[in-house]
Amino acid sequence: MAFKTEEMILNMGPQHPSTHGVLRLEVELDGELIISVKPHIGYLHRCFEKHCEAMTYPQVIPYTDRMDYLASMYNNFGYVVTMERFLNIQVPERVEYIRVIMGELQRIASHLVALGTYGVDIGAFTPFLYCFRDREKILSLFEMTCGARLLYNYMWIGGLSHDLHPDFIPACKEFLRYFKPNITELNNLLSFNKIFIERTANVGILPAETAINYGVTGPNLRGSGVKYDLRRNDQYSVYDRFDFEIPVGTGANGTLGDCWDRYYVRVREMEESIKIIEQALEQLPEGDINTAIPKRIKPPAGSIYGRVENPKGELGYFIMSDGSTSPYRLKVRGPSFVNMTVFSELCKGHLVADVIAILGSIDIVLGEIDR
Amino acid sequence: MKTREEIFNSLKQEFPRDVLEFQNVPVEPVITVNPLAINKICHFLRDVEGFEFDTLMCLSGIDDANGEKITEADGTVTIKGGVLSVYYHLYSIKLNHKVTLKVSASRENPEVESVESIWKCADWHEREAYDMFGFIFLHHPDLRRILMPYDWEAGYPLRKDYKNPEFYQGIKIPY
Amino acid sequence: MKSLLDQEFTDSNIVITKVDDLLNWARLSSLWQLGFGLACCAIEMMATSASHYDFDRFGVIPRPSPRQADIIIISGTVTLKMATRIKRLFEQMADPKYIISMGSCSNSGGPYWEHGYHVLKGIDRIIPVDVYVPGCPPRPEALLEGLLKLQEKIRKESMVSKTV
Repeated sequence: MAFKTEEMILNMGPQHPSTHGVLRLEVELDGELIISVKPHIGYLHRCFEKHCEAMTYPQVIPYTDRMDYLASMYNNFGYVVTMERFLNIQVPERVEYIRVIMGELQRIASHLVALGTYGVDIGAFTPFLYCFRDREKILSLFEMTCGARLLYNYMWIGGLSHDLHPDFIPACKEFLRYFKPNITELNNLLSFNKIFIERTANVGILPAETAINYGVTGPNLRGSGVKYDLRRNDQYSVYDRFDFEIPVGTGANGTLGDCWDRYYVRVREMEESIKIIEQALEQLPEGDINTAIPKRIKPPAGSIYGRVENPKGELGYFIMSDGSTSPYRLKVRGPSFVNMTVFSELCKGHLVADVIAILGSIDIVLGEIDR
Repeated sequence: MKTREEIFNSLKQEFPRDVLEFQNVPVEPVITVNPLAINKICHFLRDVEGFEFDTLMCLSGIDDANGEKITEADGTVTIKGGVLSVYYHLYSIKLNHKVTLKVSASRENPEVESVESIWKCADWHEREAYDMFGFIFLHHPDLRRILMPYDWEAGYPLRKDYKNPEFYQGIKIPY
Repeated sequence: MKSLLDQEFTDSNIVITKVDDLLNWARLSSLWQLGFGLACCAIEMMATSASHYDFDRFGVIPRPSPRQADIIIISGTVTLKMATRIKRLFEQMADPKYIISMGSCSNSGGPYWEHGYHVLKGIDRIIPVDVYVPGCPPRPEALLEGLLKLQEKIRKESMVSKTV
């Protein structure tokens, strides 16, 4: 007797506890095996690019905060670096070092959220609480500097909004001293946990050639073995004065390029960020925190594409100006927007439960995808 | 590693009718190209030795708004004629060089050849350019709206003469 | 020596009160929230549930399904595409249900009020709101104060009048 089967379409709707925001996945299933996954986005489209055409260049900075709301310092950093290249402005040394310190602290905070929520998706609740406890300490350092916990508006064109608080440097050194053993604790709890490895190794394997063709960047590309980091390859700010490694995936617990590799690259990146912050604190010079810039910023008529290494990948700003005080067109190339395109490729042939594991390992933020 | 001038000269030799000019605008020079030949030019740029552009960093649409501005009866401005453009930013990981290409298509019928078969990341970028400006990318496998709702009928939001509707499915939009 | 609870009840553990007070006390002490975060305010809501500003000590735990939730905290910008889905989720929740609007985007459109062609200027255009928490994003302490104000509102309710 023939067994009659039918395919089922399962809707993981915009309201879902594990989709990291408002994302809708249309999953076509044959029993528990996935045939295809279609992501639907646009539920957080906030018309950022239309707003930029009506604001002046400095007024755009608070809007850039709100795109990738887990790494606002780096969004500011990317915009300010691109504008300074466009206007050909040189900022003081002290500003460069402070920007690097804030950027790397933000990288640690963003990775802590990624690792904590990945644990909750797989089923482990305790690492989430530990990661958020450590993140609160970084947020209080940011609050000491500029007054805000999540969306800072800190880096301005030509400098910064506030200088460092006198207590910042001892507090930052104390935080680094406190945080180093916590990475070992996280590894013992989650990274080398047998159940976690069973669920994430050999799942969602991304070969290096496919990753480059799909435009994937950041820890996802490095997890597939490609040693490509914009802080080294397309140098910006003062990153060439620091000594740090670029961690890549090695396939230690499964195949090269699986979910565990991408996850472990993020853990190793936190260790490297601690090294960069220690070196920057030692070399921090005295000086002014603002340069003289014209009262109304009017770049020459033309265009520029500048990019930085966000915690999630390559963040690019394409700015086109027509000589007036507002941008004519400002397009943002969000890393999560491009990383998401490879998701339907990765899911083919896996089970339903692996969809969540793969989605968590790509580490997306919907504010950046939809802008 | 090649400079943008060298890349322009090699392209001009290979495709004399389709590569149009080298615009030396401030900060980053741009190479303008025929919109219906962009596919074969990008194949050349990706596969030939010495160029090897293996990633597309960004693809963005722009409304040049250089047509005739007509003031309607209710005071708003519509634009007739002129062009819409698409900018392509390419990068080579192996050889570490960049190039910027530009294509322009007419406002009433903006047809551009798709590069999705060359770099898969152009898929969603082209859907977004269609959603925001109205470009029709020929031979794209699945061209539909991506950010706006699928039943949005009020036009293409990022054009300079876009007018906001008052209601959407019974919900009032303006403040 | 008698324990604290024994000292409260002098008459062999019997308390006399009104039915209204009893129901209101039960409702406000265990408001289960629907796990629903849209944008940046959702991160502050997650930080409120984490251990530093613990939400659980007020009885609030996240539930994934709208049928099992009492309260929905709209945190983040509401777009037109999402508005129809929120209306449907709200209608699926069972009575008595309460809404907290967190952040300036869901109060009145936020920083996107002027040129946002796809932003809903305030969630109260489609569902009725009980408490508004201002801020962009509001601090976790502000969200806790919003919850306490909601508890005060529930304390004054009565069985004869509808909540929503």
